[in-house]
Amino acid sequence: MTPAAPHVIRSHARPGPGSARSPVYALVGNPNCGKSTLFNALTGLKQKVGNYPGVTVEKKVGTTYSQHGQPMVVIDLPGAYSLAARSPDEAVTRDVLLGRRVDTAQPDRILCIVDATNLERNLYLVHQILDLGRPVILVLNMMDLAAEAGINVRVARLEHELGIPVIACEAVNGKGIIDLKLAMSRADLPLSRHAWDIPAPIAPAVADLQASLIAHDGKSPLIARAEALLLLTDQDTVRVAGSTPLHARTHEALRGWQQRWEAEGMDWAGTLVNSRYEAIGLIAAEVTVRAGETGPTLSDKIDAIATHRISGWLILAAVMTLLFLSIFTLAELPMNFIDGRVAALSDWVKAMLPDGDLRDLITDGAIAGVGGVIIFLPQILILFFFIGLLESTGYMARAAFIMDRLMSRVGLNGKSFIPLLSSYACAIPGIMATRTIEDQKDRLVTILVAPLMSCSARLPVYLLMIAALVPGDRVPLFTKVGIMLLMYALGTCGAFGFAWLFKRTLLKGAPPLMIMELPPYRLPAVRDVFFHMLERAWLFIRRAGTIILGISIILWFLSAYPKAPPGATPQQQMAQSLAGRAGHVLEPVIKPLGFDWQIGIGLISSFAAREVFVSTMGVVFNAENSDENTAPLRQALLAAKWPDGRALFTPLVCFTLMIFYVFAMQCISTVAVVRRETNSWKWPLFQIAYMTGTAWIVSLLVYQAGRALGY
Amino acid sequence: MKLSELAVGATAVVRSFPKTGGAFVRLREMGLLAGTPVKLIRAAPLGDPLEIKLRGYHLTLRKSEAEHVLVEVDPISPG
Repeated sequence: MTPAAPHVIRSHARPGPGSARSPVYALVGNPNCGKSTLFNALTGLKQKVGNYPGVTVEKKVGTTYSQHGQPMVVIDLPGAYSLAARSPDEAVTRDVLLGRRVDTAQPDRILCIVDATNLERNLYLVHQILDLGRPVILVLNMMDLAAEAGINVRVARLEHELGIPVIACEAVNGKGIIDLKLAMSRADLPLSRHAWDIPAPIAPAVADLQASLIAHDGKSPLIARAEALLLLTDQDTVRVAGSTPLHARTHEALRGWQQRWEAEGMDWAGTLVNSRYEAIGLIAAEVTVRAGETGPTLSDKIDAIATHRISGWLILAAVMTLLFLSIFTLAELPMNFIDGRVAALSDWVKAMLPDGDLRDLITDGAIAGVGGVIIFLPQILILFFFIGLLESTGYMARAAFIMDRLMSRVGLNGKSFIPLLSSYACAIPGIMATRTIEDQKDRLVTILVAPLMSCSARLPVYLLMIAALVPGDRVPLFTKVGIMLLMYALGTCGAFGFAWLFKRTLLKGAPPLMIMELPPYRLPAVRDVFFHMLERAWLFIRRAGTIILGISIILWFLSAYPKAPPGATPQQQMAQSLAGRAGHVLEPVIKPLGFDWQIGIGLISSFAAREVFVSTMGVVFNAENSDENTAPLRQALLAAKWPDGRALFTPLVCFTLMIFYVFAMQCISTVAVVRRETNSWKWPLFQIAYMTGTAWIVSLLVYQAGRALGY
Repeated sequence: MKLSELAVGATAVVRSFPKTGGAFVRLREMGLLAGTPVKLIRAAPLGDPLEIKLRGYHLTLRKSEAEHVLVEVDPISPG
């Protein structure tokens, strides 16, 4: 156990010895300092992941055990550079630490993790946290990397300077975790002795705001002081739901001081930040010993190639190609397996239950609907794994750095690149990966356009239509590939076009900043990446599961009722069901696109998932064993006619149908995820409307232009 | 001179930049202060954003922000 400096003041922080409740720790640190690795090392699989109510910021809570086997709760707060929040993530960290959140009690004790290789900037957050007057344990992580970089941090000296326990640690390989748990088990933890003089010109304002926060907001003196300092640093601009608002009097006092200083031309925020860095500079000089200037590090050498004018692009292209290759090749086997299992389960239920609606509801509604989503789980898992790997190694930040200029053309920043790119495989991980985008509007724009990137569920539809479009078995490969590329290009242009439009109209905002740390390259923490992948996938299943199940059952009901007379073929049943009738109702709307009511049924049923279109077409046109590559379905499609005898699936219609699928929002899983990620039904509904509207208009233009040109 | 005009590989000391604006408060909090030595590491392949090194770590910022950061080239580069 690391001893505290002897002259430390002992605080009897709640809960003291004999208290019934175990202490609640908050884990705080800068991004990229190994915080999640430490959290995993402390809590193992004993974690609960949820959301802070009203905000789409992840709430992670875990349990670890003290020396005496007592459980200790650890809340993993989102990474932050400062408590003067600039993003919803940082706002949550600030609000929890200040006890501002209605859903999360103020933690008893704080674990601050810092990157030993980058002490000064990391200590800035620690310095703000010491103001809170809670017992703090400082975890010096990445001591091994610091030693490699020629930086020696004198732990005992730092402990003495700050007057709090400082634990040297290498979270990646578990070194220091036992010492940390011992420190956490202490019944009494010292409060920091670090005295920091608030700059004289600002002190009266701090006192004034502190008084107001105590009188009107009911804060304790120390918290009020800390909060006053934050209000003066960044004007408290980022507010999130679930946080208690400030009293009007406090706002008034704040505005008063700001106006006065503005008139005097005083840089109050700068003065505060400067004085903190001055204090930190003194400590850092005292505790770090540098072994002279070292040459370029391995990370610098990698970057010289990875962000190079030419090789940077090649590496980015290679990484992305590898990503897609592995998604499509590695996912194939498990996807076939799941497909087989789902079919087997469905057959088993069919064998077990007597004929009837209940059986059909279970097999054709629930199992088929949920199975249609689960089949994409391997792709989603692999994608989450890759995104985690890119984040963990530090390459993600480089990709954002390289792509930022291009993304800025449509008003986004480089951080939107990976989410959009992932959406080529599946929009769900893409949308869930937008959490790294700090600006709420940019994040929303990225979410809104992500499903326009052609995902893998569109492939079966494209393939079927291409097969019908270019009859004959000796289709030149390049024609197929050419059409396919055209669809991908169309979706991509659509995504960027709409991003540009939304940033100028609906979600107007300042051009996003690109103030981003480029962390050194690190070997990936595979265990953490794996954890992260499972956690994400589980979140998706849990959050989207009920919505997917519900809509699948509704869609089943639409195609199963009302019942056709006994002995009717599935085709006849479909024709006279509600879905079939809806197809007829829809026909006037889709006829200008060259679609009849039977295609209408396909459009309705594939609202659940795009690939359902293929199986629905199989039922509607009565082709056995339908699948996008089988000849019977293609033949059936080519034989389909309008009542007046004209061929239904002309090349132009096939082409138009593909274009419809490029733009239309036909995926309930995405709807469910967007609902969860935006915390309202407004955005997913808007997304359905704008995408489907665009699909209709573009299809209309293409079909009518094609007709006019004589196709 | 402006930080955006610094040559790749050159070292300079920050003199001043605007007081207000979220970007500049955040740059300060990230440790970019008057008197801080910075090194321009590189520009992104398309010329923007820029990568700088300060206080032993690497940070990116766009030229539109770097234009407002005034620096003074230090004859004795502290690296």
